[in-house]
Order: sequence, then structure tokens, then C-alpha cells
Amino acid sequence: MQSEELIVTEGGLEMDTMFVNMGPQHPSTHGVLRLGLTLAGEVITKAFPDIGYLHRGTEKLMETRSYHQCVVLTDRWDYCSAMTNNLAFCLSAERLFGTQVPPRAQALRVVMCELNRIASHLILLGTYGIDIGALTPFLYTFREREMILDLYEKCCGARLTYNYIRLGGVAADIDSGWVAKCREFLEFFKPRLDEYDTLLSFNPIFLARTKDIGIISKETAVAWGLSGPNLRGSGVSYDVRKSEPYCGYEQYDFEVPLGASGSCWDRYFCRVQEMRQSVRIVEQALAELPTGELMAKGVPKIPKPPAGEAYAHVEAPRGDLGIFLVSDGGAAPYRLHVRAPCFINLAILQEILVGKKVADVIAVLGSFDIVLGEVDR
Amino acid sequence: MVAKPVPGGQVVLTSTDYIIDLSRKYSLWPLTFGLACCAIEMMVAYAGRFDFDRFGVIPRPSPRQADLLLIAGTVTKKMAEPIVQIYHQMPEPRFVMAMGSCANCGGPYYDSYAVVKGVDRIIPVDIYVPGCPPRPEALIYAVMELQKKIMRMKLERTYGATVQAEKGSRDLTGEPA
Repeated sequence: MQSEELIVTEGGLEMDTMFVNMGPQHPSTHGVLRLGLTLAGEVITKAFPDIGYLHRGTEKLMETRSYHQCVVLTDRWDYCSAMTNNLAFCLSAERLFGTQVPPRAQALRVVMCELNRIASHLILLGTYGIDIGALTPFLYTFREREMILDLYEKCCGARLTYNYIRLGGVAADIDSGWVAKCREFLEFFKPRLDEYDTLLSFNPIFLARTKDIGIISKETAVAWGLSGPNLRGSGVSYDVRKSEPYCGYEQYDFEVPLGASGSCWDRYFCRVQEMRQSVRIVEQALAELPTGELMAKGVPKIPKPPAGEAYAHVEAPRGDLGIFLVSDGGAAPYRLHVRAPCFINLAILQEILVGKKVADVIAVLGSFDIVLGEVDR
Repeated sequence: MVAKPVPGGQVVLTSTDYIIDLSRKYSLWPLTFGLACCAIEMMVAYAGRFDFDRFGVIPRPSPRQADLLLIAGTVTKKMAEPIVQIYHQMPEPRFVMAMGSCANCGGPYYDSYAVVKGVDRIIPVDIYVPGCPPRPEALIYAVMELQKKIMRMKLERTYGATVQAEKGSRDLTGEPA
């Protein structure tokens, strides 16, 4: 923190602007984001997000990895929802190869991704509560999240980085015991959502901190390229699962929840409602789980796709995650580019933080639900 | 430690080392500092199911109040400098735990241009926790191992050890007290 000199005039004490450094070590930046804030008193005049503290060079590394090895690295972009990352990469690579994924694998992908959406939003609910000053919801949401992780562990052996969705299908099958356990969880989880509403969503203190803070209009949201709950919180109905269905999302009945005003609370509440929809999707997918193969036939150990390029995008919990793959016919991708929703959602901060109070920075930043692993890659 | 009854209560006789180590062992305050994926598993360890509070591990948001630096995630070259700075902001004695493959040796990013191949290249590390990411149980086990190490600390070896300060200011190789 460095303050510039105080100027005393006839009218009293005049204060110059002050530069405040927030991060990279800060409990509320959800990782290693650094925000440079210029303050006039308590009001922010300029905000500058400094990223790159978690840049691991994944896109470049993938140019030296085979397609199967790339899936391992995708887990570590958005580590709160590794399944959707796997899926985005596999969909893109499958387009390159022209692989047809068997119906059972498609349904399993949907089940796992929607469970992952719930797990990811539960992290937001817990940590956003902590940011605002409510510590208790964290303990509740992580209890439910552990149940999902147990399901994952039972199926694919990992708790956080799954590497479950593979090129051409999925890695492991589920049995009837798993389905029963999953249904048990869903039944347990539905009343818990109402509990969160009483605990956090309609808590007067929480409402006062988030309700009219950080409002983003429809036009601004679209102009900055927001996606996911951040865009839908502003009332724009855009969901890749509806607009460009993949993995058979068109056969499931679900709604796209929208926010009213685009405030922090709307973005938050969009996610709460999305969890209800995810529960519905999982229930439907489990009810009509097709039988059959898990992997497409003829996916080689070292796949060499024909030269060309492919793009596929999925609705990740944080927005529209797209993978652009270019192949020159070799065993490794020639170039891979990620359209990372967190990175694009983060850019709007420099506009909407201006004019806000310092205390609102935490509320606004938390409501965007950024994961630095995906911002920096 | 010897407890002797005296009129009106008990008197406990013990060595200074023992009582200091015991107090340090059960109040390890880590810095809330997550770098990458491992941070999520670290958060889980603080939450209800694994309950780090049982071990006296309570997160502190400021390095000035922390004893334990949990390097939970990939250390990139851009992040290396802030980590060294945070390490030097922490009061002595301070402990460092490298959580996960990335902090141990680079992990899946062993050939990346942007990643420091192990946090022990920039600061001294007491405990390495393998895994990608390690389970919360592994983290709890690591804390218990660190507690064992702390019980071996001796005042005479750490007092005024300015030369050792840069290396971590302690000698943890001695026999258990």
C-alpha cells in the first residue's frame, strides 16, 4: 500500500488517490488473482486485474502430449469441475476423429457433468458465504459436496481430477448400487437446497451485501462476452445445452434459470436454481440409462487424427467452455486453444468495479466465481 | 513430564523444550493460501468431514499470524517471488509443507516453461505430501508427521540461530525429547 502526499488547502484536507494491491495472496481472491485498485477515499477510480500467477503453459504442453495424455491436463484447468473440461476436450477431439460415442457413454457423461455442476456450485455457495461473512454455509455445502465426491470415487477412483471422460467414451461403468446411491443423494440433496435459501440466499445481511451491488445490464454483459450464470444473471437466455445440444441434452427436460437485474445476488441465485435443474437432469438420465458399450470401437492407443481443425464447446458451470483443436496429422495436437469462460468473465471487472466501494470488491469478485486455473491455464 | 501431588493441587515438572514444543505442535496456524487444485482439497480438510480444527490447525489470513505455509498447488515463475516474500513475512519458527506433486517437483508440469519444478528450489520445505491432489487424509497425516518433527525441536539449537534462519531456523534431526 502506498499513499501519496496529503495536500492541505483552505477548504480542509484534500486526499490524493491511493493505490491498493489486492492479492496475489488474499483470502478472498479465490486463488492467485492480483487486483490493482486505485482509490479516492473509499471509492474505486480504477481497477486492474493482473493475472498470470498460475500460468502453467498447458496449451503449449499439449502440443507435446498425445491425445489421451491431454485429457489429464484438462482436469487441471477448472479444477472445480474437471468433468466438463474432459468433456469439452473429448468432444472437440472426437469431432476431429469422427468418432461416434455409444449411447450409454453419452448418458454417463451427462450424469457426471451435472453432478459436477452441483459440486462446483456448492463450492461457490460455501466460499461466497465466507467472503460475505457467513461461515456456516461453507460447512453445509461441503458436506453435500463430499457425497458427490464419494460417488465419483466409487466410479472412477478420484476425488478432484477424474480423467474419467476419455476419447471415444468414458473410463468406467457404474452398477446398480451406484445408481441407488446417487438417487439416495439426490433425495437427500433436494430439501438441502431449500435449507440454503433460508440460511444464505434470503438472509437479510447477505441480501444487503449483494442485492443492488455490481449490476450488469444485458447489453454490457453481452458486449464483454460473459457466459454461464454470470450472463444469465443479467437476464440473457443463453445456454449451450439448449442452443447447441451435445451428449443428447436435447432429450432432457430442464429450464434455464434467469436473473432479473444482473446484480451479485442474481448471479448467485442463478446458480442455486441451476442446481435444482441439474438434479432434474440427473434423475432423468438415471431413469433411462441405456445399456451397451462404454467406449467407441477402434480408438487407437496413440491416436493420429487426419489433418484439420475442430471446435466444440460445452456449458461448464462457469460458462461457455470451448476447445479449438488443430491437427497436422501427428500424434499430438498442432495447436490447442481454450475459450476459457473465467478468463473472459474476469475482464469485465475493470469496468464494473469503478465507482464501487472497497467492501463491494469482494462481493462482486466472489459473484463471478472465477477459478484461476482456468483464467491462466 | 512428571506430575506430583502437592497440598492444594498438583505440580507438573517438565523440560522447557517439551512444553514449548507441545504448545507449538497443537497450535499450527497455516496461512489461507491456495495456489491451484490442491487448495480445494485443503479447503475440504478444513470443512466438517475431516475437521482440521481437531489438530489445532486454524487458518489465518495474514502471514504475520501464521506458523505454517501450505504450498497447495503449482508454483509458477511469476508466483515464486510473492511466495518468497510471504515466507519471509512469517514469524519464526515457520514451517513449510509442499502439498501435491506440483509443489514437490513440478508434477504434471515437469516440462513446462512457466513452472518452478518444486517449491524447495525457492524456500526450505519440511514435509512433502505426494498426490495429485493429495487426499485430505494425506494432508492430515502430513500435519501429524510435522507435529512429530516439532516435538524434536530443541531450544538450544534454535535460539539465536541467525545463520540457520535462512534455512528454516531449526534443526529437526535431533532425537525425540
